[in-house]
Amino acid sequence: MKKLIAVMLCLALTVSVFAGCSTTPPAGSSTPASASGDAGNAPAVSGGDTIKIGIFEPASGENGGGGKQEVLGIRYAHSLVPTVEVGGKTYNVELVEVDNQSDTSKAVTAAQSLVSSGVSVVLGSYGSGVSIAAGEIFREAKVPAIGVSCTNPQVTLGNDYYFRICFLDPFQGTVMASFAKSKGASKAFVITQLGDDYSTGLGNYFKSAFEAAGGTVVTGEFQTGEVDFNAILTNAKNENVDVIFAPSSIATAPLIIQQARQLGITCPIMAGDTWENTTIIDNAGADTSEIYISTFFDENDSSSSVAKDFVTGYKAWLNSDPQNLTNNGGNDGVAAVSALGYDAYMTAIEAIKAAGAPDAASIQAALPGVSYDGVTGGLTFDENGDAKKNMAYIKTIENGGFKFIQTQTVS
Amino acid sequence: MDSVSYILQQLLTGISVGGQYALIAIGYTMVYGILRLINFAHGDIFMMAGFFMVYLSATMPVYISIPAVLLLTVALGVLVERVAYKPLRSAPRMSIMISAIGVSYLLQNFATYYTGGLPQKYPTIPWIGDNVNFAGVATSRVTLLTPVLTLALVIGLVALIRYTKIGMAMRAVSKDFETAQLMGININGVISMTFVIGSFLAGVGSLLFFSKYPTVTPTIGAMPGLKAFVAAVFGGIGSIPGAVIGAFIIGICENIIKSMGYPTFSDAFTFVLLILVLVVRPTGLFGEKATEKV
Repeated sequence: MKKLIAVMLCLALTVSVFAGCSTTPPAGSSTPASASGDAGNAPAVSGGDTIKIGIFEPASGENGGGGKQEVLGIRYAHSLVPTVEVGGKTYNVELVEVDNQSDTSKAVTAAQSLVSSGVSVVLGSYGSGVSIAAGEIFREAKVPAIGVSCTNPQVTLGNDYYFRICFLDPFQGTVMASFAKSKGASKAFVITQLGDDYSTGLGNYFKSAFEAAGGTVVTGEFQTGEVDFNAILTNAKNENVDVIFAPSSIATAPLIIQQARQLGITCPIMAGDTWENTTIIDNAGADTSEIYISTFFDENDSSSSVAKDFVTGYKAWLNSDPQNLTNNGGNDGVAAVSALGYDAYMTAIEAIKAAGAPDAASIQAALPGVSYDGVTGGLTFDENGDAKKNMAYIKTIENGGFKFIQTQTVS
Repeated sequence: MDSVSYILQQLLTGISVGGQYALIAIGYTMVYGILRLINFAHGDIFMMAGFFMVYLSATMPVYISIPAVLLLTVALGVLVERVAYKPLRSAPRMSIMISAIGVSYLLQNFATYYTGGLPQKYPTIPWIGDNVNFAGVATSRVTLLTPVLTLALVIGLVALIRYTKIGMAMRAVSKDFETAQLMGININGVISMTFVIGSFLAGVGSLLFFSKYPTVTPTIGAMPGLKAFVAAVFGGIGSIPGAVIGAFIIGICENIIKSMGYPTFSDAFTFVLLILVLVVRPTGLFGEKATEKV
């Protein structure tokens, strides 16, 4: 009798395993998502006339807030252009989203699940470390990826399948170093996160540019997940530095700002593109004066009509759904990464059109030749697959929001 | 900045961090003393206390939300014990430990699901977050308050264990589980009380911790939890004064290492210390004094 039950149980298990296989959609563990505004347009997964675009972004972890804003830009672009015409046939575009959890080890799994769900092109990620970790997966699977706001050079270097539509850290580091110089700083304290490619990379580029300009640099490091920066900030105070440069994640930023001000450090605190997220302002509390960041885009830039249309349309789209506003940090400010997300999607669409076929190989071949007039400026790729961009927007925090100060280019 | 105030500043930070570890470490050491269980979910109870405060303070004033948070944290701690540990009381110790790890992941993922994975801003509690000047060193009031409050709570706790009936019952259960049961001690009551005290202290710890580092994320409990666990082992797991002293030593040493410019080694130090203690003196600093066990 017992044996019989055991056999039955085994059978039941086996059957349930296969049942699980057959009911799992081809998207695997990822969530096929469509923008809420175009639910009517999004078709059922039927193959044939669908092109899948993978969204490789963090929705949780230390950069979850930034990833969500980037995805919002992509979803908005998708709501505007939900189909693409290739070779006389109209394909529906389906977004396949995965959460890379801002973690380099999880990023690999997330990238693999995108590849196995059969995406033709991937957009993302926010954060260079996860993009570098996933780059190999995309290269081996021969799926082209378009980096949205990952600024570390290594993302695209030596990888023919990774492209990028934002500026790079050597540029960004130089921009911030010359900006710090122009504020009269001669001694800088650079705080970087150990093991984070973005943070250490950008910190080093800032350091070399600042030293080349005749300044001195003292450095401090911290580990991922650290919450107490008093030890290194006390060192900064002890060194009497004129400026602190702390490229780091969204979760880390408010802690550094608050603890520095508590220790009585009043000098400017500067960082890179990651800090342009309003949750930092909310979390840092009262003392957010003298914070400077460099970023990709400014919503009040009225010089380009493409950008103006985007800002108006995007704000209306954000306000149409409370969930969008929550993901954007509770307000309808247009983050630079959202604008980049929009541009990344549009670039992918241009590439699919240019490729003339909906498969990954054709898109990869077509991408280097794509030129597109985007929200964040004109876009063409150089031989590494990086966007040729040479302008950064410097912003500061004022009245609970980001305020544009100046654009900065490097000669 | 002269060297005296520099040293004072670093020392103050270290003591404050140590105080926070101590409050969590007591929860570990007490549960171990009674149940011989390493409660891996303890760090996550600490994290949940942070989230309770985030959501409660949005609707009610601070003087109501603080007691409410402590109450909810205690309720969560007891609930975890009832649901995940009590049914396994006669099971092998390994099962109950795995159950604890399961609870830990459950709480973390629940928090991730509920908050969407984004860091939440901890509310500012008036007064304790103010900046003050202590002996020429700029710091926040909570930094000074943490060690004082920690010591006061520990003294209270030791008194409770030494001089009350429930304290006596706890000591008895810790000495010999089965015999205490045979002597008519209500085991379940004592165990619940242990979780009440441990969770309460974790709740207080979270108030102090997040007032200083006001960002709550679902995984924030993992590192302080682990460090507190090392502190409990270092001091001799099962011993309350041991856990407190261990926590202060780890907090101060860590901060000294960080300030010397070796942040890479500050966590390494903590865990090397754990290995050394286990190899050289497996019972920890105070572990051998059986009477100290709770």
